[in-house]
Amino acid sequence: MSEVVKARPKAARDEGQEFVKAYRIMLSARVLEEKLAALYRGGKIKGGVFLGRGQEALSVSVGIHLRKGDIFAPLIRDQAGRMAFGDTILDTLRTYLGSALGSMRGRDGNIHRGRPREGYYAMISHLGAMIPLVAGGLLARRLRGESGVVGATCIGDGGTSTGAFHEGLNAAAVEKLPLVVVIANNQYAYSTPNDRQFACADLLDKAIGYGVAGHKMDGTDLGACLKAVGEAISAARSGAGPQMIVADLLRLVGHGEHDDAKYVDAALRKKTVGRDCLAVAAAAIVENSWATAEELAAWRDEVETEVDDTANRVMREPEPDPNEEDWCAISTPELEDHFA
Amino acid sequence: MSITYLDAIREAQAKALADDPRVFLYGQDIGNFGGAFKATKDLAKKFPGRVLDSPLSEDAIVGMAIGAAIEGARPIIEMQFADFSTCGLNQIVNQAATLFYRTGVPCPIVVRLPSGGTPGSGPFHSQSMEALYAHYPGLVVLTPATVEDAYSMLLGAVEIDDPVIFCEHKFLYNHLKAESLPAEAEPIGKARIARPGRDATIVTYSAMVHECIAAAEEVATDGFEIEVVDLRSVKPLDTDTILASVARTGRLLCVGEAFPWGGVCAEVIARVTAEGFGLLDAAPQRLNAKDTPVPYHPALWGTHRPTASSVASAARQLLEI
Ligand SMILES: Cc1ncc(C[n+]2csc(CCOP(=O)(O)OP(=O)(O)O)c2C)c(N)n1
Ligand SMILES: [Mg+2]
Repeated sequence: MSEVVKARPKAARDEGQEFVKAYRIMLSARVLEEKLAALYRGGKIKGGVFLGRGQEALSVSVGIHLRKGDIFAPLIRDQAGRMAFGDTILDTLRTYLGSALGSMRGRDGNIHRGRPREGYYAMISHLGAMIPLVAGGLLARRLRGESGVVGATCIGDGGTSTGAFHEGLNAAAVEKLPLVVVIANNQYAYSTPNDRQFACADLLDKAIGYGVAGHKMDGTDLGACLKAVGEAISAARSGAGPQMIVADLLRLVGHGEHDDAKYVDAALRKKTVGRDCLAVAAAAIVENSWATAEELAAWRDEVETEVDDTANRVMREPEPDPNEEDWCAISTPELEDHFA
Repeated sequence: MSITYLDAIREAQAKALADDPRVFLYGQDIGNFGGAFKATKDLAKKFPGRVLDSPLSEDAIVGMAIGAAIEGARPIIEMQFADFSTCGLNQIVNQAATLFYRTGVPCPIVVRLPSGGTPGSGPFHSQSMEALYAHYPGLVVLTPATVEDAYSMLLGAVEIDDPVIFCEHKFLYNHLKAESLPAEAEPIGKARIARPGRDATIVTYSAMVHECIAAAEEVATDGFEIEVVDLRSVKPLDTDTILASVARTGRLLCVGEAFPWGGVCAEVIARVTAEGFGLLDAAPQRLNAKDTPVPYHPALWGTHRPTASSVASAARQLLEI
């Protein structure tokens, strides 16, 4: 294999490297999410499980193009993007399994996790609400004199109908902030199809209305996602203002693991949007001789072992102890209200 | 020199901007125009780039302030009227109020709410929203009643590492005057005895403090001395000062301009009843606005909210005069 790689021009080699790096993160996210689904079925998870199967190519493309010092507010289906931005198998499992050692200390769970001090914002459930937050983070960076920073946040087709989406994107456009809004147009919001969600011909049309640049691509094609998201993030970084990305794809799981997604039109699964981005990317890797099928299989084994080992370790970790909690919601204890 | 409550709000913001480079202001029409009430007049000129006009987007205003706070800024945001903060409610109660508890990262934002009724303002420019925000864990809710408190509590609010809902009363903006701005401040979270007395306690806050003092003066002509407690902060609530006053007087009336269901008055009475039942010589009473939207016409509005005369009759009833 190394022979083949060396024989290629440098640009193609770099493309291959980035592609493979992205693929391996997608694979980690996929394997980890498969484990989460199994743990959910086994009754081990505290609360729900909401997965991003089929959306890894888009998600990883966001995380991989962000740098340390950037801001990222991922959403429900962004396990791959989170990992590309530095989230770990360990912290993901801790948060889902309710370990006291997780970043949210049992106070919040599953996808509602982050480390805001590291630019990794922890989503609240209310869709759209993270867009103004990222815009504000970017505004503060600008006021502090920082430039070259990007803030990215992800949302679904359904989330584009919220007031917060509109207000946040509009305000960011007025301030010309380096905000990248990534829309995973997976054709449904829970059970609601796009034709009950919006009436514009294409979600990308909304970019014109906000006066922001729009980018569109096939969300099942890792190469296309890496290219379009990379361009959007570079444009934002170099001062071109907010960027809107619309990727067409399909969620290949239920809304959550409780949902059989029977409402999804079977015909869609046979179309391009219904392709599994991970399988498409794997085929491209083999076809371009960036790796062999055997290597791909070995990578999967490697992650599976790591995920299993980590899950076993986390399941032995302590739960949060209600007696150790200070039960104080503010950071200024002198201002705590006291109830007898 | 005479300084109004509104001047105090503006001067506090000017001082916060001058003292702390992390402070910035964001809100509708607050830039060159100086704000709907002129609470930010001239500040955009004095502090270029730090007093920013926002679009008409309360959700975005609050959300952006929270994001900025995560990045270490200390934003002061103005809702043009407290009533419109409902359009930013989600960001306040679900995002700002939960951030520290969830992530350990504090959220030092100040949300200024021009609150309360003025004649002719009607249902959507008159509301008192302190109870709504006090209901949510994670918020500090302040209700200054004096020029001195408007100034020192706003400065204090900027220094607090948690989200502060700053309920400033529009009726007091130009009505209330002081000789000078205070050099020293009472600590935030402590109530104040606005008028000492021995026969009954009225617990109140914001503009109602002045109605209650006037009512106490009126009842004094009957030979009864009413103690008026100005809460200053409704969350946290200074239960100790309230209980100490009730211990002196044995009688309690709570007065608030907000709607009657639940709320600050209900909370005060619940605490006094639970923690100081034995101190009471009579059933505690409350007087709030009526349970309707705030009416537009001054003739209706004047009866909708408590006034010195309705407070005086409630106090006389409590004293069984
Ligand atoms: C403001 C708000 N309303 C309702 C919900 C409940 N909810 C959670 S996910 C979801 C569907 C989201 O659809 P979409 O934005 O397309 O994202 P997808 O789930 O397809 O990735 C809904 C309705 C919510 N989280 N937030
Ligand atoms: Mg969707």
